[in-house]
Amino acid sequence: MGVLTSYYTYGLPTFLVVVIGLYLLFTGSGEAFNVGRFLEETSPYAWAATGIGLCIGLSVLGAGWGIFITGSSILGGGVRAPRIGTKNLISIIFCEVVAIYGVIIGIVYSSKITNVPETELYTRENYFTGYALFWGGLTVGACNLLCGVCVGITGSTAALADAADPDLFVKILVVEVFGSIMGLFGLIVGLLMISQANEFSAGGTVSAAPAVASHFVHRYVDL
Amino acid sequence: MEALFFNVDNGFLEGIVRGYKAGLLTQNQYSNLTQCETIEDFRTQLSATDYGNFLANESLPISTSTIADKATQVLVDQFNFLRSNAVAPLSKFFDYITYAYMIDNVILLITGTLHERNTQELLERCHPLGVFETLPALCVATNVEELYRTALVETPLAPYFRECFSASDLDDLNIEIIRNTLYKAYLEDFYEFCGTLGGPTAEVMQRILAFEADRRSINIAINSFGTELSKERRAELFPSIGRLFPAGNNALARADDVEQVRQACEGVAEYRAFFESGPGSRGRAQNGNDSQAYLLDDNADGLGDSSGAAELEDRFFAHEVHLNKLAFLQQFQYGVFYAYLKLKEQEIRSLTWIAECIAQDARDRIQDYIPTF
Repeated sequence: MGVLTSYYTYGLPTFLVVVIGLYLLFTGSGEAFNVGRFLEETSPYAWAATGIGLCIGLSVLGAGWGIFITGSSILGGGVRAPRIGTKNLISIIFCEVVAIYGVIIGIVYSSKITNVPETELYTRENYFTGYALFWGGLTVGACNLLCGVCVGITGSTAALADAADPDLFVKILVVEVFGSIMGLFGLIVGLLMISQANEFSAGGTVSAAPAVASHFVHRYVDL
Repeated sequence: MEALFFNVDNGFLEGIVRGYKAGLLTQNQYSNLTQCETIEDFRTQLSATDYGNFLANESLPISTSTIADKATQVLVDQFNFLRSNAVAPLSKFFDYITYAYMIDNVILLITGTLHERNTQELLERCHPLGVFETLPALCVATNVEELYRTALVETPLAPYFRECFSASDLDDLNIEIIRNTLYKAYLEDFYEFCGTLGGPTAEVMQRILAFEADRRSINIAINSFGTELSKERRAELFPSIGRLFPAGNNALARADDVEQVRQACEGVAEYRAFFESGPGSRGRAQNGNDSQAYLLDDNADGLGDSSGAAELEDRFFAHEVHLNKLAFLQQFQYGVFYAYLKLKEQEIRSLTWIAECIAQDARDRIQDYIPTF
């Protein structure tokens, strides 16, 4: 990697972060960077929706990636050995299953989202639900992304090995099955993570408003 | 990491080339071919393989050179298909493969011109993978400077030619020096290019190219005994890559006979076997003379015995086949394309050998081909 490329990859972002950080510090608005306030003021809906989006998005990315890796090898290998086409559709299905895991979790998660008025949203339970959906979604998504890539690469090898020697197909398929099970682990953990989380519900009078009202956020209810 | 993105551009072609590789003749088919009584039988046997009916339109009797030409044509068609479907950097990789054939063609033409052969005949004998537009213009060149300016300056070989200007006029020795200098520059360049590709491509290709370089170094050393090539010039011709580089190359440059060449290769375990006679020596060695001591002979004539040189060459080929077969053990790398081409070439050489033996009724030597798979 050339000096310029390294600079633009590492140097420039670091420089910008330092400049912005120093600007905030010296203009007396250093408190604008406040993790606690950020966590408290971000709507649980935002966390939940981002989690569901990451879950389905990363899963589909993994599945698609796997399918193109496998697919191009099946196409190439199928030119001389057309028989591998039908058998190796199994590899494609394994990749596709990864996307289905993402869809299942996405559906389960989105059932937690209900309509709650904003004044009654910021409760302990709702915060928990929001975080659980976000991190659960991220877990499932990351698991499925890597699982899809794993199944895709194994599937591509399976296709080429099958083309060379039909006896190898079942053996590599076993490897592939174990690879695709890893996506299932993500699915199970993703389900467990939200097992304690309730639907979004109106919190009554316990704490109707966020703990800290910030002047960076416009809260029309306060007016 | 290469597995993540390799298939975007090259997955299809890799599948294709592995399909081609599955069509290489197997040991079984080779033994069937060696059983043939006539060339006609030979053709029938071949039509059952992936070659199909490539000889169907030839009128009998079929000469062995026709078989070699037609088989090469099959290979060239496959190569061109791959090449036209490739995108960079694979297309660049294919270009690099063709440079070796271009060098061979250039040398063939200038040698032929030097000996006043018919230009048309020479052009027909050029390898189709190494043909370029200005190739026929080579025949008019009488010295290196002119050769470069008229024909080579626009070809990809031009940068390799920079080293050759010390030799001014074209005679047999200078042509040989030009050939080896070109090859040296080419191998080093290709080696470096494969290094920039990184990952398993670099690993596999550099292993193959390192052997290629060492093989050339050893051949140069052996062939230069008793010629007017000085030892300094000889050292300059050795590629600065390979497993013998640098200590082995230095020893090769100083070697005076085959025994010293053998000692220079001691450092690399695989190469040691090339110079041992024994289990590795097959068919060819058995015909007649005492090949037992052919390379260990301290006589000044060294490799005067031609069967010894032939056997060494055979062992090089066998090792090359072995390395090329290893390339197929790794997926997601370019080495398979190069390895397939080399294996197919070896197969064509073997086919030609078998056909030649059948045609000349030399059945005792028919087993001396080098099997691929």
